Amino acid sequence: MAERCAVIGIGQTKHASARTDVSIAGLVREAALRALDDAGLDWADIDAVVIGKAPDMFEGVMMPELYLAPALGAVGKPMMRVHTAGSVGGSTVLVAAHLVTSGIHERVLTVAFEKQSDSDAMWALSVPQPFSPPLLAGAGGYFAPIIRAYIRRSGAPDHIGIAVAVKDRLHGSRNPYAHLHMPDITFESVRDSVMLWDPLRYLETCPSSDGAAAMVLASEQAAASSPAPAWVHGMAMRSEPTMFAGRDQVNPRAGRDCVADVYAQAGITEPRREIDVAEVYVPFSWYEPMWLENLGFAAEGEGWKLTDSGATSMDGGDIPWNCSGGVLCTNPIGASGMLRFAEAALQVRGLAGEHQVDGVRRALGHAYGGGSQFFAMWVLGSEKP
Amino acid sequence: MADTEVLSSPHILEYPYSRSVGPVIGSFLAGLRDGKVLGVRCGSGAGERVVVPPTEYDPLTGEDSGEMVEVGPGGVVTSWAWESEPLQGAPLDKPFAWALVRLDGATTAMLHVVDAGSAGAMATGMRVLPRLVEPSARVGSILDLACFVPEGSDSPVRAQPAEPGNPAQPDDPAQPDDPAQPDDPAQPDDPAQPDDPVTTLSTPIRLDYRFSAGISQSRFLRGLVEGVFIGQRCPRCAKVYVPPRGSCPTDGVPTTEDVELSDTGTVTTFCVVNVPFQGQAIELPYVCAQVLLDGANISFMHLIQGIPADEVRMGLRVRAVWKPPAERGPSLESVLCFEPTGEPDAPYESYEEYL
Ligand SMILES: [Zn+2]
Repeated sequence: MAERCAVIGIGQTKHASARTDVSIAGLVREAALRALDDAGLDWADIDAVVIGKAPDMFEGVMMPELYLAPALGAVGKPMMRVHTAGSVGGSTVLVAAHLVTSGIHERVLTVAFEKQSDSDAMWALSVPQPFSPPLLAGAGGYFAPIIRAYIRRSGAPDHIGIAVAVKDRLHGSRNPYAHLHMPDITFESVRDSVMLWDPLRYLETCPSSDGAAAMVLASEQAAASSPAPAWVHGMAMRSEPTMFAGRDQVNPRAGRDCVADVYAQAGITEPRREIDVAEVYVPFSWYEPMWLENLGFAAEGEGWKLTDSGATSMDGGDIPWNCSGGVLCTNPIGASGMLRFAEAALQVRGLAGEHQVDGVRRALGHAYGGGSQFFAMWVLGSEKP
Repeated sequence: MADTEVLSSPHILEYPYSRSVGPVIGSFLAGLRDGKVLGVRCGSGAGERVVVPPTEYDPLTGEDSGEMVEVGPGGVVTSWAWESEPLQGAPLDKPFAWALVRLDGATTAMLHVVDAGSAGAMATGMRVLPRLVEPSARVGSILDLACFVPEGSDSPVRAQPAEPGNPAQPDDPAQPDDPAQPDDPAQPDDPAQPDDPVTTLSTPIRLDYRFSAGISQSRFLRGLVEGVFIGQRCPRCAKVYVPPRGSCPTDGVPTTEDVELSDTGTVTTFCVVNVPFQGQAIELPYVCAQVLLDGANISFMHLIQGIPADEVRMGLRVRAVWKPPAERGPSLESVLCFEPTGEPDAPYESYEEYL
């Protein structure tokens, strides 16, 4: 990348199942104002706005970015909307970062949101298709067979998914912005929860949330006065078709290629040793061991052993994953990827509060979407790259 | 049915969205319910404006907008267009004018309709007055203001309630948090009381599409009427796609060679669906499986029956259960389900690469 880029401001809403106190505009404004405040900036300091959200069907508002321009101080400035399904929060950040690394802008505001309470994502993802039986059953119905394939391929025991569900909820109970706060969750309560999409239980599944996230990205010059910038060390996006003969859906090539690119930019050869924390898009508990392998933290078939050893817990693990509670605690779909990127930045800046890990120097933020076909990732560091 | 005919089908997306409106729009809607139109002050000094309908943020500067102020009741038409054949769901069921009306005291004009009788009665610059629906029928919607009428015309200020099915009526709001109970009303059907704030707006949306199956999939669908699966082979990588999509996603070349496939196959993976949601049509629990037909190189999703859900397994050998010929149509629904053939399970290695 040509110019350096840093995160200098981060904001998020209090996430909840229904934020009926605000409109969509009020929701994104709340996150954006917090990011500006964190950066010590005003609307006038922002050069451009990049916004992302998942499919318009989720709120029934076509092109919501058109009506959100005043709420985001974008009047008279460049504004664009990004869409890559569930990974959009991540790819939105990267489009904004490219506007800085390319030298075009000094300070870019990036925002992502979802207001799931306006409709029902389960419905929006399960609309019967012409000429086909009505078999679609939401994201869980799509991903559960892939999880079953992972379990068969790796020989992982049944309790791994339960362990991730418990760990991420315990992490999330320390995050005041998280939607779900479940400090009393137990292995038994997850195990005994309803089997919604066998092999996926209710408590191994992410919630539906209303929420927004925002960040201010700055050039090296604009970040000079920031007390704690988080520097971009590497970033990449990759995609692949939803279906083709021989596609590996458990360990998608687009994810492997994407992270290889990011690690090469950041000079990382041993991710487990060189990365201190990771915020990874895990909407269903089993995606932690799957992505541990896809992202090179464990050899193929070995990810579940890392989870099982407690390595990904912030209570004593050497590579804590999703200290914020992750998507399993908070899922405003369009914002979920940006929250991963923002939480990675909070860790690098030492500002994550009760879920801060000591001495974080490098952190990974990750998002995926569609039928595991869109990937966006970045690695941030406390030092300039 | 000609062999080259491309099949198409209606494809309707329909949902009663329930929108939270926030404090500013909520005040505007509550004002309409109380029979008045509210705007909002934006800017200051010489730049002060009264924006109607109110916006949460100044459309020129993005700053928070200011206090709410009542405008009207009358106003001026700043532009208009005659609607001679109103569509279903239009605010009025007779010819009317779409008009931009700048209410007295407002800086901006708002879009509404004028019931003028004929286009000849419309003119830019004409004065209009609001016609409100009966107080008992108001719900906190832009259509509590039924329309405008030319000033001096012999029209009552009160009007009948809007017709049922009007897009702004909260007649069937969804319960958004609980997919199990989509029909539970989120708010009462009774008109809200004057002191209640308006917090949500039900917005039923319906989109009518026409879905085209394309040439290759149409051939596949016609095969289903005959009780056969027709796939297509890629001329470059020789992989067989079913249903065919007309091109190979790996090589980007057209697939033109038709391949008739067996109606037996292997369950590569599956899940047992036990979650209810709006529009869901199959009795729970059901087994949704990826079925790899013998001779195909890609699986598709279908239903597994004829075996208890907890006995379905990866590698299970299955056969299509066809509807009787007279009941078949060009749809995968011509296959009722797949059921076990009774053969030994396929070895894992035989389908491993299709996971
Ligand atoms: Zn090919």
